Amino acid sequence: MANLRRSTLAAGALLIVLALIPPIAVLFDNPFLITMVNRALIFALAAVALDFIMGYGRMVSFGHAAFFGLGAYTVGILSTHAAQDLPLLFGWAGTNEALLSWLLAMLVSGLYALIVGVISLRTSGVYFIMITLAFAQLVFFGFISLSQYGGQDGLALWGRNTLGGFALDDQVGFYYLCFGLLLAALYLLYRIVNSRFGRVIQGSRQNELRMRALGFDPFRYRLIAFVISGALTGLAGALLANNNEFVDPSLVSWMQSGNFLVIVLLGGISSLVGPIYGALALLLMEEVLISITEHWQIILGPLLVLVVLFFQGGIYGALRGRPS
Amino acid sequence: MQLFLEQVLNGLQFGVTLLLMASGLTLVFGIMNLINLAHGSLFMVGAYVGATAVAHSGSFVLGLLCGMAAAAIAGMLMEVAIMRRLYQRDHLDQVLATFGLILFFNELARMVWGRQPIGMSTPSWLSGSVEVIPGIPYPEFRLAIILVGLLVIGLLYVLIMRTRLGMWIRAGASDRETIGALGVNIRLLYTLVFGLGACLAGLAGVMAAPFLSVESGMGENILILTFVVIVIGGIGSIKGAIAGALLIGVADTLGRVYLPTVAGLWLDPSAASNLGAALASMLIYLLMAAVLAVRPQGLFGRNHG
Repeated sequence: MANLRRSTLAAGALLIVLALIPPIAVLFDNPFLITMVNRALIFALAAVALDFIMGYGRMVSFGHAAFFGLGAYTVGILSTHAAQDLPLLFGWAGTNEALLSWLLAMLVSGLYALIVGVISLRTSGVYFIMITLAFAQLVFFGFISLSQYGGQDGLALWGRNTLGGFALDDQVGFYYLCFGLLLAALYLLYRIVNSRFGRVIQGSRQNELRMRALGFDPFRYRLIAFVISGALTGLAGALLANNNEFVDPSLVSWMQSGNFLVIVLLGGISSLVGPIYGALALLLMEEVLISITEHWQIILGPLLVLVVLFFQGGIYGALRGRPS
Repeated sequence: MQLFLEQVLNGLQFGVTLLLMASGLTLVFGIMNLINLAHGSLFMVGAYVGATAVAHSGSFVLGLLCGMAAAAIAGMLMEVAIMRRLYQRDHLDQVLATFGLILFFNELARMVWGRQPIGMSTPSWLSGSVEVIPGIPYPEFRLAIILVGLLVIGLLYVLIMRTRLGMWIRAGASDRETIGALGVNIRLLYTLVFGLGACLAGLAGVMAAPFLSVESGMGENILILTFVVIVIGGIGSIKGAIAGALLIGVADTLGRVYLPTVAGLWLDPSAASNLGAALASMLIYLLMAAVLAVRPQGLFGRNHG
């Protein structure tokens, strides 16, 4: 129990610090801090969604960047059409309203997750890793070919979305919006994991045959979980498109999918809250290493190897006091 | 028709490159149960070292040997330092550790050889062309690659299926403890197998270098295609790797040549070349999806969990 309390305390402290970032940044006159942590929050959202299927359902997706990119591009394309009043579909000229645009981003990502899931969830293990990667490459090349939306060079947005008519240009407001959505996703996934649905997912991970014998169809449960994860990752993509006011195919690169895996493992798999530590730690590590040398990846790479070899359980595991 | 046959041969040549990559990857996966993303980095090491050796010595054969040796050494060092700690681990851990290695190798390549791609010339004594089928001249160098690749795959088959070393390797794949108890040095054996796979990747890298731009990150493009090959063929199946590699090699090459033309039937030339190129890049992934929809275990794979 003592261990459990420690990790809960740490998570509480983390959330308080995150909530206090904007005032701290103002106090130290360092607006860059908000931007940086905001990025981490968005990546954390995608990684939390990935941890949900990977940590609880052992679905190791090496293609989550596909959903991230689809969400980002949905927002980008809709807002470009709205800004230029260009018809997109059936005479509809897109939208700049976040409520609609982000929902559509989740819908598009969720639909693609459904297609990918139907095919790839019939396999498992290494096959699943490779197939999800291949489906992400499909999207990657698709976006490169979208020459009317910038192709390889990407697409600059005309501005951030509006939420219920209000602009999202204020960085502090946008920060709290992202933070709120992350908390909401965390709560939702926590509830799912501890529901009957979540127990079926976890049961299928431990012993699929037994779940079948109990009358459950693991495939359907996994598919639903995969779609939820894909849609939430799409939401993260929609947020990133707003944060950067720019989208490009690199959002869908295999490196991006790898980054999500790194964040989950660094933060602590099967913990949901862990990926938040992971996203902050990875971004911090990158900032520090970039300040040391332009060839920072030559340090980051071996560092990741060391994390895998000697830091099992990630930051969450370390805070909890014993390897999970 | 002449163009078509020539492109099929080009496809075969690309397929042989993929086959060399796929056989190394499946070998390591089948025997050590390890998924190695850094296999593409070994391909890159082969290409860079090979291209540099050719540039300095002018001898293609020497470049080939240097590239293979460099990849094999890099692979064995990798195995001794890192991989052997990962055999008993989850596939996720293996993916992440080898992802870290990719970052390392790509940055190392940028530091040593710079950001600009380097080129590699084809050997002068293979610069002519021969008529493979009467009336259809084909570059000797490309033909040599196809033949060397097939020869190496044949030798690999003999090594695994017909020699004592091959017997140990196969035994090690099915029961590590027993073969160890019988007095075979299983650690050394695994290092050798890893080095063998790396050597094949290096060979593929040198042979493909004249046709690609040798640059940092080149390994990952080929690695992902190799994954598609393995998934289509079925993991652990040599027959599957051969069928998958040739299928993907030919489909990808033909797609790149003909899809822009096909798209040009409906679209104006610039849009057609754009869309055609995109479709060609996506073609093999769609092919993979189609195969998996019918046979989740791949063309020649056995059922898996």
